[in-house]
Amino acid sequence: MKHVALFIILLGLWLLLTLNLRTANMLAGITAALVTTLFFGRYFVTGIRKFLEPMRYLWLLVFLVIFIWECLKANFDVAYRVIHPKMPIRPGIIKVKLDLKSDFAKVMLANSITMTPGTLSVDLIGDILYVHWIYVRTSDPEKYSEFITSKFEKYIKRIFD
Amino acid sequence: MNEILFKVLLTIGVVFNLFGCIGLLRLPDVYNRLQAATKCVTLGTCSILLSLIFRFGFTEAGIKALLGIPLLFFAATVAAHALVRGSYHFGVKMGDQSVIDEYADHKQESSQKEPKED
Repeated sequence: MKHVALFIILLGLWLLLTLNLRTANMLAGITAALVTTLFFGRYFVTGIRKFLEPMRYLWLLVFLVIFIWECLKANFDVAYRVIHPKMPIRPGIIKVKLDLKSDFAKVMLANSITMTPGTLSVDLIGDILYVHWIYVRTSDPEKYSEFITSKFEKYIKRIFD
Repeated sequence: MNEILFKVLLTIGVVFNLFGCIGLLRLPDVYNRLQAATKCVTLGTCSILLSLIFRFGFTEAGIKALLGIPLLFFAATVAAHALVRGSYHFGVKMGDQSVIDEYADHKQESSQKEPKED
């Protein structure tokens, strides 16, 4: 079942990338998608039923808007630190505890954290995410997650978990 | 109108790529440099790709450029993670301004547990 889903997604991506429907192109796409599915199908998302729940797509739209806004803020933040003559940085690696269950949700949260202001995910071990922070604002470990994960975690929980 | 949007987005993209490169030169260590490299350069390049939609419309080139944005997003974040984790395990030190390093505790624990991994 999940192999079929991966195959359809891959073939769709191929058709969008090449944008022509001639037989040769279709055959090449089907071969490429089949080979990829055979090798990597078992690593694909486990809960395939999640694709069919419409509420997840609504939350995805909300998440995208917030994510793009945070992404823009991140860029102005880094640009400001880079151009400022004194370079106001106070870097450090801290750990945050995650509340998500599925692997895919964790990966999406780690990716989102990399794109948000001043944070870069370093490693993910079990439930604990190590984050490099360009300006450590507080030395209280309880407050880290408030600054870093709380913005996205609730949305990602509704979308992917 | 489309031509103006194309030029504005292209300019924003190039300017952010420039900030990313300045960051790459000015910031003190690998970890901070990667911050500039991933954030500014990814958004700059996404902006350039988005500008192509306004130049070419929904033709072959435009749709390819639009598809490039999510691909670039995943590639950049995963590559940044791999680089930063790799350089930490390789032993690259953090800069003098660093205030805290909680990852070091984990590294010590895991090296005590498995003294000979290979």
